[in-house]
Amino acid sequence: MIKLEKRAQPSRTLALSTPLIAVVITMIAGGLLFAALGKNPFEAIGTIFWEPLFGEFAFYYRPQLLVKGGPLILIAIGLSLGFRAGIWNIGAEGQYIMGAICGAGAGLAFYPMESIFIFPIMILAGALGGWVWAMIPALLKVKFGTNEILVSLMLVYVAEQLLASVSLGLLKNPQGFGFPGSRNLQEYASAHNAELITGTGMHWGVLFAFIAVIMSYVLLNKHILGFNIRLTGEAPRAARFAGVNPTRLILFCLGTSGALAGLAGMFEASGPAGQISIDFGVGYGFTAIIVAFLGRLHPVGILLAGLLMALTYIGGEIAQSNMGLPAAAIQVFQGMLLFFLLALDLLTNFRIKFAVKGAA
Amino acid sequence: MKLTKLLTSAALVAGLATSAMADKTKVGFVYVGPIGDGGWTHEHDKGRLAVEAEYGDKVETVYVESVPEGPDAERVMTDMALKGADIIFTTSFGYMDPTINVAKKFPKVKFEHATGYKQAANVSVYSARFYEGRAVQGHIAGQMTKSNTIGYIGSYPIPEVIRGINSAYIHAKEVNPDVQFKIVWAYTWFDPAKEADAAKVLIEQGADVILQHTDSTAPQAAAQAAGNVITFGQASDMSEYAPMPRVSSIIDDWAPYYIARVGAVMDGTWESVNTWDGIGAGMVGIGEISDAVPAEIKASALALKDKLADGSYHAFTGPVNKQDGSAWLADGETADDGTLAGMNFYVEGIDGDVPQ
Amino acid sequence: MDLSAINPVLLIASLMVAATPLLLAAVGELVVERAGVLNLGVEGMMIVGAIGGFAVSVESGSPYLGLVAAMAAGAGLSLLFAFLTQFALANQVASGLALTLFGLGLSALMGQGYVGIKPPALGNIHIPVLSDLPVIGPILFGHDPVLYIGIALVAAVWAVLKYSRIGLVLRAVGENHEAAHALGYNVIRVRVLAIMFGGACAGLGGAYISLIRVPQWTEGMTAGIGWIALALVVFASWKPWRVLLGAYLFGGINVLQLNLQAAGIAIPVEYLAMSPYIITILVLVIMSADKSRAPASLGRIFHASQ
Repeated sequence: MIKLEKRAQPSRTLALSTPLIAVVITMIAGGLLFAALGKNPFEAIGTIFWEPLFGEFAFYYRPQLLVKGGPLILIAIGLSLGFRAGIWNIGAEGQYIMGAICGAGAGLAFYPMESIFIFPIMILAGALGGWVWAMIPALLKVKFGTNEILVSLMLVYVAEQLLASVSLGLLKNPQGFGFPGSRNLQEYASAHNAELITGTGMHWGVLFAFIAVIMSYVLLNKHILGFNIRLTGEAPRAARFAGVNPTRLILFCLGTSGALAGLAGMFEASGPAGQISIDFGVGYGFTAIIVAFLGRLHPVGILLAGLLMALTYIGGEIAQSNMGLPAAAIQVFQGMLLFFLLALDLLTNFRIKFAVKGAA
Repeated sequence: MKLTKLLTSAALVAGLATSAMADKTKVGFVYVGPIGDGGWTHEHDKGRLAVEAEYGDKVETVYVESVPEGPDAERVMTDMALKGADIIFTTSFGYMDPTINVAKKFPKVKFEHATGYKQAANVSVYSARFYEGRAVQGHIAGQMTKSNTIGYIGSYPIPEVIRGINSAYIHAKEVNPDVQFKIVWAYTWFDPAKEADAAKVLIEQGADVILQHTDSTAPQAAAQAAGNVITFGQASDMSEYAPMPRVSSIIDDWAPYYIARVGAVMDGTWESVNTWDGIGAGMVGIGEISDAVPAEIKASALALKDKLADGSYHAFTGPVNKQDGSAWLADGETADDGTLAGMNFYVEGIDGDVPQ
Repeated sequence: MDLSAINPVLLIASLMVAATPLLLAAVGELVVERAGVLNLGVEGMMIVGAIGGFAVSVESGSPYLGLVAAMAAGAGLSLLFAFLTQFALANQVASGLALTLFGLGLSALMGQGYVGIKPPALGNIHIPVLSDLPVIGPILFGHDPVLYIGIALVAAVWAVLKYSRIGLVLRAVGENHEAAHALGYNVIRVRVLAIMFGGACAGLGGAYISLIRVPQWTEGMTAGIGWIALALVVFASWKPWRVLLGAYLFGGINVLQLNLQAAGIAIPVEYLAMSPYIITILVLVIMSADKSRAPASLGRIFHASQ
């Protein structure tokens, strides 16, 4: 009989090696799936993992990893703070959309004026938009005790409808012949979140993501607030005795995650996407939840998880166009990767013992 | 070192592109939905398969499905261009700016963007005059309705959809002065359950003809369940619901255009063009009119179709007033493409406002 | 503008249909959550049920076989979640999200050959006399069988939770798994069974969409209903009858807004489209005075040696 025994301390070696093992197992299982679909499994796996990093056109894909991973990391860092304290913000997608609407809206309000102050104002507006949207579940939770999972999730749908509304109305490009969508901010120099160094994929959003990783690391390890967050998550009762103010913690965690999601939306709208349109939201807010857990809610882990997730997206697209793999197969592949990563996490915290039946 | 590597790669790309041109023409397709959506993307993919069937070994087609609009689309297009695609079809309105961006970086690659308005030296735009098909629908619907109420399910209030409503209304009104349109906006591109609800609501409120500008067969099934309600297939033929409730359909047929454009790349005659084709060029197909439609209505509908096809009749021919009663088209005047492309008003007689 | 065009009887009859997939998925999730497990993979299980049921009814020609297959497919997929969360002790939020991602991909792969096919029909029941009664006929006696199964399921879940021993054990496990374990109940087994029940219900809800409500197969056709089902459980504060009420409210608002549009009432559509979500939030706030709350062990990982 197999028995699990909790480790006194999570195993460091395993914490570092299980993700690699999970990736290897996923490659095997995914290979079988691709073979079942009649594709060469070695070629498919190689295309997904090798091509974007070291393939012939890696000079193009590597920067794209940052473009795709940046928003995921930025949002996931914010979410991880709340998740650690047991505060579940599932609505980052809505906060991301609201940040984009407010940020882009602030920029477009100045059109066509050029000024170096416009972009900082947009950053503030974007963060504020996401923050306000996250404060709704936060305040309702604090005041009425409503469930933040539900409220934040509901607000995603509200945000999506608002997005459709402004794309067709308020922010519609007046020179767009009646088509939905805002002006392209890439063509508005003061509002454009351009690459900081051409060809690197580094835009302000990626820079903010890196800063967020560092700040969150410092916060969690060196600051009393970070300690309180961890304490609340790991031992809620002890936290209460220690005098942690749950109200303030809820407002801080939800507010921060909302602001970061809003920033991610604003940087995306003013940079890589360039505009607000009906289909602006592509699920970064939900994927970021997965990224946060894949990274084990640890800042550095999230950084790596975000890049890994971006790799499977980009590699998956290449596999589609090179080998004709259906997009669904890539989705299943990603799902498997998550399953194995989650399942193997067990080994980090538990020891598996084989005991004689009945001896337990 | 990095720079040299980049340059050699770029040179390699150029080399690849030319060598590819020597033997096979590589054609890329970027799809906004899955090829199994049974509607918009499904029909584009049929066009891709038609290109393969037409040119056989001389072409190689690649596609990526469910590509979100924005940076992901730009990356997929760049990827195709880097790997030596000669022509890339980008099949969603939201791909417009990404297409222009990528086209700037790859001046030798040809791009074809569907339903947009931004053209460049190596970017063509193409779209279909679906409103011509709507005219035929309206013509049939106006005569088939007994309750004089026609239900219309719209996705979002954008010019494409509004144009369809106006065209259907004008031609329904022409054959039945008492006809009324009930319009419901679903505010989604794709949600079959919601489309089913919308269709049911319209039927309950007395509509016995349902026109849809959404791609699922949900309204067809709702009509079938209701009994005496007729519908028209949208995007694909939906012939599984013929002869009742589906009495005809508008079919997106991209195959002739795709074959012609790929052919133009092969023989070196490709030029940037702005194509807006209708029934005449075969881009808009009218699915077989079923026996549920009386013979004389069928005959007049086909006559209308022929007039639209040979260009002797324009679906928007004056006199037509705008909804507020102001004159739009004088007697005999036809609408110009600019106004049609950005259409954001109803014509006279339609109730309700275009949501803003 | 013509409000008289709206027929309240038909409106109620159609909101019942619109609410059924939601109801099925939500009542399943309710049982899962009462056992102390939060499964965010409802959308994934629904869509796998939708294609599983669709494929089997097309191949076999029997819609009933399809419905059974849909339940099996949903339950089968939920086993993955059960394994991850109950045996591998993985985080439930992340596992549920992964399940949805996996389910969406898997369903698309399974459904590749089924686009553009019409499934065998499952007719409405027709009881002579009763179904023809004015007003109550169309509302109470003119629907498809699955709709009644949904309502019966709510009643059954309510009765079992409230009166039976199984219900007692389930609630004990959900409220305090350590205590339940100490009393000798097998926490893991109870939870795995609850998860499978939730999966079967979600699968049936998905098949209701693909076989009855729409009926066709297209990728991603559940279009977020699984997420709303999740919201509904919380909305109902984990009480079966309130799930029924909530499902009808949700379905009702949607059907009503479409009705108002069709009647030509000049309403800003996008605000109406967001109204069900805003109303849910409002109801939540109003109901916060109610002391009923989430199962105490909801989302917490159980390990016997703790």
